Amino acid sequence: MREVEVMQIHISTHDKVPIYLQVVNQIRYLVAAGRLAAGDELPPIRVLAEQLVVNPNTIARAYRELEQAGIVEKRRTAGTYVTEQGSPLARRERLKILTERIDQLLAEALQMDVKLEDIIKLVNQRSTALNASRLKDSTDA
Amino acid sequence: MPEPFLSLATSIIEIHRLIRQFDDKVALNDLTLTVPRGGVFGLIGGNGAGKTTLIRHILGMLKARTGSVRVFGLDPITDPVGVLGRIGYLSEDRDLPNWMRVHQLMRYTAAFYPNWDSHYAQELRDAFDLDPKAKVKTLSRGQRARAGLLIALAHRPDLLVLDEPSSGLDPVVRRDILGAIIRTIADEGRTVFFSSHLLDEVERVADRVAIIHEGKILLTASMDDIKESHRRMTLRFERAMSQPPSLIGTLACEGAGVEWTYICSGETVQLRRAAESIGATIVDDAAMTLDEIFVSRIQSSVAMPL
Repeated sequence: MREVEVMQIHISTHDKVPIYLQVVNQIRYLVAAGRLAAGDELPPIRVLAEQLVVNPNTIARAYRELEQAGIVEKRRTAGTYVTEQGSPLARRERLKILTERIDQLLAEALQMDVKLEDIIKLVNQRSTALNASRLKDSTDA
Repeated sequence: MPEPFLSLATSIIEIHRLIRQFDDKVALNDLTLTVPRGGVFGLIGGNGAGKTTLIRHILGMLKARTGSVRVFGLDPITDPVGVLGRIGYLSEDRDLPNWMRVHQLMRYTAAFYPNWDSHYAQELRDAFDLDPKAKVKTLSRGQRARAGLLIALAHRPDLLVLDEPSSGLDPVVRRDILGAIIRTIADEGRTVFFSSHLLDEVERVADRVAIIHEGKILLTASMDDIKESHRRMTLRFERAMSQPPSLIGTLACEGAGVEWTYICSGETVQLRRAAESIGATIVDDAAMTLDEIFVSRIQSSVAMPL
C-alpha cells in the first residue's frame, strides 16, 4: 500500500473523449495493468486537478464514476483507494474493458469482410505464438 | 427593478438585456447572461465579439445605458466599493503602475483591500519568483502577468475576473495562470470568470461556457452538456440527393450524392432516431472537440441568424 504521488495520466483536448472520461479510462487501465495495486491511495482531487491542469469538478466526477464501477472506494479518512481486484466487481470491470476491445475488433472485421471463425482461428494462433515467445523469454532468463 | 432575492443566492453575475453601442458599431446586442456561484465560467469568442466590453460593464468601468448589470446582487456603478472590493481582476494588457517597484505595488494594492492576506501575497511572490525590488517597468511580459495575478489573488476575492489571461504568454506562465484559477475555485464557493479564445485551456478549466458572437450570447451551458450534445454524423441515403434532407438540430451539413455529414446538437438517441426516420443509415457518428463546436456554432449563426 502506498500513496500515489504522481499518476501517469495524460490529458489531450484534441481528443474527442471528454476529459473526465479520459481520466476514468486511464485509471481503469492502470489498475487492470497492475500499475496501481489494491490499497493504493489515489492523489486528492485538488492535487490531481493541479497536476493535470483541469477543473477539480472534472476529477471529482472521474473519481465518482470509478467508485460506482467498484474500482476505487472512499474510506473514512476521506482518501480514495484502489479496491481489491479479486472481487467479482473488479473481475466484471476487467471483462468490461476486454468487451469494448472485442467490440472494436468485431466492427473492424465486419468492415474488412473477415468471418467470425477466421477471427477465432487467428486469436488461437496469436495466443499460441505469444505463449511460445514467453516460454522462450523465461528460459533465456 | 430589483432582482428576486433567491437568484442572488445562486448567481454571482446577472446581466439582463444589455445593449452597448460605440458610434455606429453595436458592441453588445441585447445580451443576457447569468453566471452561477462557484466554479469556473469561460467566455469564449473571437476578436471583437464583445468580451472586453462585457467585462468592463461587470467591473463598473462602463455604465449600462440600456439593460442592467448586477454583481453580487449589486449595481457596480452605484456601489463600486461593494462590488470591486470582492473582485480580483487581471486585464488583457495588464496595466500596472510602471514607476512602482514590486514591493510598493503590493503595499499600495493592500491598502485598498481590508481582506488582503499578506502571508498569501508573499507565498505567491516566492512561487512566481518576483523580485520585490524590481521596477514594474522592467518586468518581462510573463513576470508582469504574474505580478498582475498576484495583486488580483492576494485579497482572496469572491470573484476572479480575467480578460484573456494567457494572450501573448509562454506556456510556463500560462500554466501558472491556469494553476491559479484551479487553486482559486478549490477554495469553497469562489467563482472565476475568464474570457479566452484559446479553447483548449477553456476546455481544461471551465465547467460552464458561454459563446459570445457579435455582442450576443449564442450558447451557454455546462462544458459536459456542450460536449455531449454536439455530434458529427455521416448519413448514407439509398439514392443520391442534390440537397441534404433536413434533420432536426442541424447546425451545418456538407456532402454530396448518397453521403452527407451533419453537425447537429441534441440528445444522441433522438438524433439517431431522427436520422432513421428520414430513411438514412448512420455510417459514422463522432463526438466533437470544443474547437469544432465553437466554429460550427459561429458559422451557423452567420448562415441562419437567430
